[in-house]
Amino acid sequence: MITNPVALSKAAKGSRLVIVEVPEGRARAQLLRLGVTKGELIRCLERLPGGTVVILKHRQEIAIGVGLAAHILVVHAGAEQQGRRS
Amino acid sequence: MRKHDQSTIDTVGGHEHHHVEKHSHAGYRQAAMDRPTVALVGNPNVGKSLVFNYLSGLYVDVSNYPGTTVELIKGSYKGYEIFDTPGVYGISSFTAEEAVTRDIVLESDLILNVVDAVHLERDLFLTQQLIDMGKKVVVVLNLMDEVRSIGLEIDTKLLASSLGVPVIETTATTKEGFDSIEGALQKARTGERSSTLHHRLHDMLKLTGSEAEALLILEGDESTAQRHGVAPGHERETLYIERRNRVNLIINAILSERNIRTRFATLAGRWAVNPWTGIPMLLLALYLIYLFVGKLVATDLVGFTENTIGHELWEPWIRGVIAQVITPGSALSTLLVGEFGVITLTITYLLFLLLPLVIAFYLSLALMEDSGYLPRLATLVDRSLNALGLNGAAIIPLILGFGCVTMATITTRLLGTEREKTIAAAILQFAIPCSAQLAVVAALLAGAGFAAMLIYSITIFIIFVAVGTILHRVLPGSATPLLIDLPPMRFPRLDNVARKTAYRSYYFMKEATPWFFAGALGVGLLQLTGLLTVWQDLLEPLTTRWLQLPREASTAFVMGMVRRDFGAAGLYHLSLSQYQIVVALVTITLFTPCIASFMVMMKERGWREAFTVWAGTWIVAFLVGGLLSQALL
Repeated sequence: MITNPVALSKAAKGSRLVIVEVPEGRARAQLLRLGVTKGELIRCLERLPGGTVVILKHRQEIAIGVGLAAHILVVHAGAEQQGRRS
Repeated sequence: MRKHDQSTIDTVGGHEHHHVEKHSHAGYRQAAMDRPTVALVGNPNVGKSLVFNYLSGLYVDVSNYPGTTVELIKGSYKGYEIFDTPGVYGISSFTAEEAVTRDIVLESDLILNVVDAVHLERDLFLTQQLIDMGKKVVVVLNLMDEVRSIGLEIDTKLLASSLGVPVIETTATTKEGFDSIEGALQKARTGERSSTLHHRLHDMLKLTGSEAEALLILEGDESTAQRHGVAPGHERETLYIERRNRVNLIINAILSERNIRTRFATLAGRWAVNPWTGIPMLLLALYLIYLFVGKLVATDLVGFTENTIGHELWEPWIRGVIAQVITPGSALSTLLVGEFGVITLTITYLLFLLLPLVIAFYLSLALMEDSGYLPRLATLVDRSLNALGLNGAAIIPLILGFGCVTMATITTRLLGTEREKTIAAAILQFAIPCSAQLAVVAALLAGAGFAAMLIYSITIFIIFVAVGTILHRVLPGSATPLLIDLPPMRFPRLDNVARKTAYRSYYFMKEATPWFFAGALGVGLLQLTGLLTVWQDLLEPLTTRWLQLPREASTAFVMGMVRRDFGAAGLYHLSLSQYQIVVALVTITLFTPCIASFMVMMKERGWREAFTVWAGTWIVAFLVGGLLSQALL
């Protein structure tokens, strides 16, 4: 299943997502350290009004402000990835 | 090169140690003498402090908290010098904490890397980076009790062989496994690195002589590059991704899950960030804090300590003692034990009013922090604070401001950028009434009725938002987005909370006390030289014509410059109409911060910013107070 990339800040709560783009800059290194990088499977645990999101990467919950989440692009995880843990 | 004296080690530990390492710079090295140094390194909230406390027998708190991170914390254990470091996610110089940790790691012989076994994926990145730096590492796999309780299984032997370093399992809260730390330290060794890394390091190694520094330079660490006079490398991204992939491979091999159970704490954590459940939880938390800090401590306990112990016992006693040495009424006597006496009023204020409040606030903060609630609260309020040019992390100084603005101003250090520090400090100085002032304000408003309370609250809230919004518009730059990991919710360990509170309260008192004395001395001098009266006379027309308050209220404003609650308390004995009370309280609240917080503001933010804010509070206080007066009276 191929879907168009959307901003993480607009992802639906509960959805399983694959990261397709992480913005340049300092936050990129921090995200890399936390394992939030291109190709990784995550789950959107919560999307607060205004776009702050909480994602789950394995068992790690990470809160990302809208200023960053708006620039992280994701697609919905395909069926073959649904089985993997996130 | 340096070889340590074997005999010293033998007398303490009775074991053999082998280590030879290069050291490029001295620093705290000297203190360690010839004993091997161990850096305790880990991500934030992994139980590193508990390990350090166990090893050193000392209590320290280097959780990422202002002030505590710059101090070097050292203990000794079985012939090793142990250095604690602030919690970090990786080694570089993105933050002040990282820079501190980086330097300690570079200097140390061995690394004791504490890892949260529940969050291996996050934590092993740092572990692999330490290994890649060529350091001798021991991995402490902490929180094993939680691993078992949620149904995870970790193949520790395979982890040890994949990393190439000793790995031991511990549960820090019960000290389980701590006895094997000593044995593991002796087996510390350099771990497994990818073969490509070795190749990449080769050229840089010739320049630096140290693998650790060579790696940091390749990863673009500017300060290390500068130290060696070379340009920082551009391979951070490649190296980070390689490391990430390597960590992911290791994790896939060693970790298995059997029927993961969703724990109640996990659910509570999710509720805390959902607005529908999170806002009621926040209100409940605030109400509990109000009951504890506002009612129990600020009213009942401080009522006793300040009035009974301070005003009735301490002050008359010390006045009596001083009167035997210095003539009462003399200049020196006025300075020491007069109206603003350095050893009467200041001592009462510091010990009998401020100290109980500071302890109560730090206790509440530690409970919120150790339970994992604080980062979730930061997430919940993140978007709202964006409008003020801040992100969710700024909620911590803002909450603390209701305790003591001075304490909160020091805490603005934990914010990421200078811009955010400026905005948060300005909001604190303008629009947050501290608990001392809040108590008096509440008492006066209670007498003035509901409408008065509403007008007061709305006005202050508008100013709060306005200060943030205006600075956000005016200052160049933009708000940095929130990026925090949310540690699992857990029941806080009370002994840890108590120790943390004690340490922070002590640290705050140590930092703030000189400024309180300086402030009291300054005002005492103003009084002696007659400048205080001149000041009062100058303010009078503003008070009577523009604010339409009795002329005595001008004294309250002068007092408000010393201590915020003095100002408000000065209004007690004036006969004011209910709207006059609102006007007076709004003006006093927005008026200049107390002397101590002004001093701390100077220290933290520099004199230019401090004076701008100070002058700004004059303008805003009298402008808003006056407009309100013209509208209401």
